[in-house]
Amino acid sequence: MSPNRPLSAAPSTLVTLATADSPMPPPGMPDATSPARDPRPAAGLQARRGLLLGPRGWAGVALALLVIAVVVPVLNLAVPEGHPLHLGSWAVALVGKIMCYAICALAMDLIWGYTGILSLGHGLFFSLGGYAMGMYLMRQIGRDGNYQSDLPDFMVFLDWKALPWSWALSGSLLAQLALVVLVPGLLALVFGFFAFRSRIKGVYFSIITQALTYAAMLLFFRNETGFGGNNGFTDFKRLAGIPLALPGTRMALFVLTGLVLVGFWLMARAIVNSKYGRVLQAIRDAENRVMFTGYDPIAYKLSIWVLSAVMCGIAGALYVPQVGIINPSEMSPAASIEIAIWTAVGGRASLIGPIIGAFAVNLAKSWFTQAFPEFWLYFLGALFIAVTLFLPQGVIALLRRRGADEEKKA
Amino acid sequence: MTPDLMEAGAKARQAHEDKAAAGGGSGGAASFGRVVSGLQPDFAHGVALYLDEITVSFDGFRALNKLSLAVDVGELRCIIGPNGAGKTTMMDVITGKTRPDSGSAHFGSNIDLLRLRESGIVQAGIGRKFQKPTVYEELSVFENLELALADDRRARAALFSRLSGEQLDRIGETLQLIHLLPQAQRTAGLLSHGQKQWLEIGMLLVQNPRLLLLDEPVAGMTDDETERTAELFLQLEGKHSLVVVEHDMKFVAQLTEGRKKVTVLHEGSVLAEGRLADVQANEQVIEVYLGR
Repeated sequence: MSPNRPLSAAPSTLVTLATADSPMPPPGMPDATSPARDPRPAAGLQARRGLLLGPRGWAGVALALLVIAVVVPVLNLAVPEGHPLHLGSWAVALVGKIMCYAICALAMDLIWGYTGILSLGHGLFFSLGGYAMGMYLMRQIGRDGNYQSDLPDFMVFLDWKALPWSWALSGSLLAQLALVVLVPGLLALVFGFFAFRSRIKGVYFSIITQALTYAAMLLFFRNETGFGGNNGFTDFKRLAGIPLALPGTRMALFVLTGLVLVGFWLMARAIVNSKYGRVLQAIRDAENRVMFTGYDPIAYKLSIWVLSAVMCGIAGALYVPQVGIINPSEMSPAASIEIAIWTAVGGRASLIGPIIGAFAVNLAKSWFTQAFPEFWLYFLGALFIAVTLFLPQGVIALLRRRGADEEKKA
Repeated sequence: MTPDLMEAGAKARQAHEDKAAAGGGSGGAASFGRVVSGLQPDFAHGVALYLDEITVSFDGFRALNKLSLAVDVGELRCIIGPNGAGKTTMMDVITGKTRPDSGSAHFGSNIDLLRLRESGIVQAGIGRKFQKPTVYEELSVFENLELALADDRRARAALFSRLSGEQLDRIGETLQLIHLLPQAQRTAGLLSHGQKQWLEIGMLLVQNPRLLLLDEPVAGMTDDETERTAELFLQLEGKHSLVVVEHDMKFVAQLTEGRKKVTVLHEGSVLAEGRLADVQANEQVIEVYLGR
């Protein structure tokens, strides 16, 4: 070998020799040795990354989009009522609401499942996004309220003569939409900066987030805060001048929520498949090692934390016009814990899992609270315990196991 | 050409380059006309690590008591000492995990380690292996190395990062060196204890550190693995400076080859320093190790 040859040439040849007798990657990691970009001998060495999605994955996304944007609107709007294929408005509203929850579960998965930071305060970000949207909707009521005033009803009731400063932008949809992103984002940024810089971890972090959302709930309960006290906002009439009660408006909100959910899922997948996503998982598994490898975990934790909060804020903004009410009970610790339960039930550290979890738990909830209203919380607790004990990887593990079995049979 | 010959050729070339790069003490760079910037350690004076009178106390207990230590560029220094002698605390100070109450710590002649955070110290070129092997259990062996690879460490860069061919080669080379090439796609959590130790060493190597701190690197390894680890370290000597903390005297004997310096720590300061045979014959050291 000539001495001028680059040093790296030798090892790659060695790699060839060694890969020849290397065992196949273990099953259950289909992407382990995805088809290589380059045909060089070292190509057997590839990160488990590959494409964003395989052909089957894209087909799934296309199917989901088809259902959300075509099938459901047609079945709900075009098929006449009474027809066996007609989809009731209550079902559309329920699924729309659950899709908002699914966005929260996805956000929770990024911060908890992948980064190992359990937040028990995500309900706060959800509510802040909801309140920012609700303020705009309150102003859209105009003079159609009970008191026929320019001010929202609760302000008239409190005998206020003018809008408080916090409502300065509430007349503009664009400004309020910006606040939907900015308020949860900034709060998460400031809170996360101090928490992560002080190296608050694990259960301590969870407790502080819980305290944060509880404090915010108490604050929003007060009438003086200027957000409707314990009644919150309700009785919305219009969005951008269009009546909310129209079936078309409701359907548009439903479709929008579905598109946002699919979009966020794709974004989350791109994040998780990037090196950035692997650093997040490394932080979860061994934060010390990450630090002593030269990464500054604060930047990574803070960025995913803020993104997660913003996702929740957007979910809240989509939730309020569909459900028609927002009040401080959304900030209660229980509401935030529920988000964590959806994620755990569906399966942490898998992106589709939390979405399945949000649907499964909430569909069960809507059935249970009608059939046995007193027992819902017992059932929820039992479900959480059962999943922790028997399915620590969540429902998704069941599906994966079945998939693996089928592959073996085939 | 057989792979053996190629490997031998690569080694010979490596040795040649190391010699050219390391030179004697000053590394060929005279003390004038050098521009030392940012986080680049200045090794012109031949000292890689210099600790001076470091004291660390935890609630009144002095874990380190005016510890002074100098490690030369390219040196392989073994540090031994009974439990509680302050070996791990010393590593904590060097890597920024613990701030000393007094004293100073320098990397090269220009970098004050006490003013940097952990990640900054790593970027300056100090790599550390923990006592307990710490690898990313859920990621594959390959991904473990990928994350450790010397590269832009910022979050935005990581989001769009793609491995270049050279980087792939570098990972392949390291996998070969740590005997984990056939396991490249395995989940790291499934490796044996010894293999995890190696993986962690590999993760240090792909960072290209100038100074390696190795805390009990052969704990839990089989005799065969221990021997191969010693060979690996001897190969690294000269190219990197190494500080090895170890209890296994056979391993230390193998590393020092009967001529290199060994440092004995006791109660937070240096008790003795010298060749292993001399140190082992030292009255005080015997007393500390065996009790009176």
